[in-house]
Amino acid sequence: MKNRVLMQGNEACVEGAIKAGMRFFAGYPITPSTEIAEQSAVRLPQVGGHFIQMEDEIASMAAIIGASAVGTKSMTATSGPGFSLKQENIGYACMTEIPCVIVDVQRSGPSTGLPTSPSQSDVMQARWGTHGDHSIIAISPSSVQECYHLAIRAFNLAEKYRTPVIFLMDEIVGHLREGIEIDDDENIEIIERKMKQRPDTLHLPYHVCEGEDVPRFHLTGYDIRYNITGLAHGADGFPTNNNEIAGQLVTRLMQKIEHNVDDIVQVEEKYCDDAETVIVCYGGTTRCVMSAVEELRAKGKKVGYFRPITIWPFPEKQLKALSEKVKNIIVAEHNYGQILLEVQRIVKNCKIGFVGKVDGTVIMPKEIVKAVEEVK
Amino acid sequence: MSKMEIRLAGSGGQGVILATIILAEAAIIAGKNTAQSQSYGPEARGGMCKAEVIISDENIGFTKVTKPTFLLALTQVSLDKYAKEVDENCIVMADSSLDIPKDLKVKKIYSLPILETAKTEVGKAFTANIVAVAAINEALKLVGVKELEEAVFRHIPKGTEEINRKALYAGEKLAKKI
Repeated sequence: MKNRVLMQGNEACVEGAIKAGMRFFAGYPITPSTEIAEQSAVRLPQVGGHFIQMEDEIASMAAIIGASAVGTKSMTATSGPGFSLKQENIGYACMTEIPCVIVDVQRSGPSTGLPTSPSQSDVMQARWGTHGDHSIIAISPSSVQECYHLAIRAFNLAEKYRTPVIFLMDEIVGHLREGIEIDDDENIEIIERKMKQRPDTLHLPYHVCEGEDVPRFHLTGYDIRYNITGLAHGADGFPTNNNEIAGQLVTRLMQKIEHNVDDIVQVEEKYCDDAETVIVCYGGTTRCVMSAVEELRAKGKKVGYFRPITIWPFPEKQLKALSEKVKNIIVAEHNYGQILLEVQRIVKNCKIGFVGKVDGTVIMPKEIVKAVEEVK
Repeated sequence: MSKMEIRLAGSGGQGVILATIILAEAAIIAGKNTAQSQSYGPEARGGMCKAEVIISDENIGFTKVTKPTFLLALTQVSLDKYAKEVDENCIVMADSSLDIPKDLKVKKIYSLPILETAKTEVGKAFTANIVAVAAINEALKLVGVKELEEAVFRHIPKGTEEINRKALYAGEKLAKKI
């Protein structure tokens, strides 16, 4: 049974998270993500979960790592300024391979910027915000419906690959209200982290089974004592200065995502089959591009759009294949040019244009139309 | 129904955002597509506030209003600002305490005592947004009266149904007079 209701993007994210099994939320409210904390505070006690408003973003991030270490699916939500603060502990979650979901509802920056205005300027922070070589997954929804379904996916990927997943929303989608369908059937796939089966590996928290990329999990703090550390560590979880072990660890952290990009990456392509010009967009910007593309198609222009739903890892293979069929690519995003850098790196044989905004206003369809019509 | 692009503008605290949420809720109840959004400053009250709702039978791409088919203004600054962005196909509704710009050329102008009606006839100034919602629905024939009432009831505190019903009735009556 599907039930159509009016919901805000931020609220739909919480509903999706709960559907995925989130039972713990720790956060420090910040516009434009505040409704996620509010809705979590209302909903979690109703499903036997827990909500904590922590003293700041750093503590919130630490709290969800702790909750996940004892087996509770956990999430925090913030915006740019708080996302900066969370970075240290996001790195800790990467290194210790504790699954968790971090929602960043982006707003204009830098620093505290324009609190209520839309932006997509945390795209590179989502990828490289924490120090050190690490892999990350980031997903960007472009409708309220996707806030629900992709939040479920964010949890699934976090559990499957034992990694923090950045749910990279923006003010446009977070504060948008639309009708959405909430599934109350059981057809939605919910993935749980794989648990250790072999008794001889229970005391080796980072032992990886033959043919697998991700260590299986054993709940922290119950029967067997083991160590978790942000320092380089071997299978036993204890710190080491052994260069060989350290090298193997970082390599595996990168490869557990690299080896599985086809499972992780999702894209949407529309009107790309015969397109001469393709607009690359994601998140809330997509809605503007959708309208512009429809308008241009009505005028007979051969234009389509390509949307990374998974932002990180970037859908390199898909964009490369597309770039071999089209003449022009225009990147549209609410920043000074961040995904533009990825596109410039990947695309070798197309003209690349750019429509960006950094003043806190929304890109209008007419601006996309103009950019496409100006392509020579 | 063709696509309706509705913009409500006023001062923070007047409830214009809630008014658009109620219109969006009514659209969902009536089986239509809708996209509701708002823009406001960091302050909770007193700043200029703009809220928008698009209602359509078709799928909605861009979620913001580009060509308003309807504008409601509850303060002079918001009327002066947003009246500049409408064309001759727009219907403008303004509180009757406001001065309509002399050069405003639009399809129709409603000057209605929304704020005064909420204060004296309904008896609570804070019901002005509900008065406005009913007047807008009557003027634009968006949804049925019962659907609108259901939408209002989903977004108000329990125990305030009677006063809001009164506000709905007063708003509908205001727009019927025109």
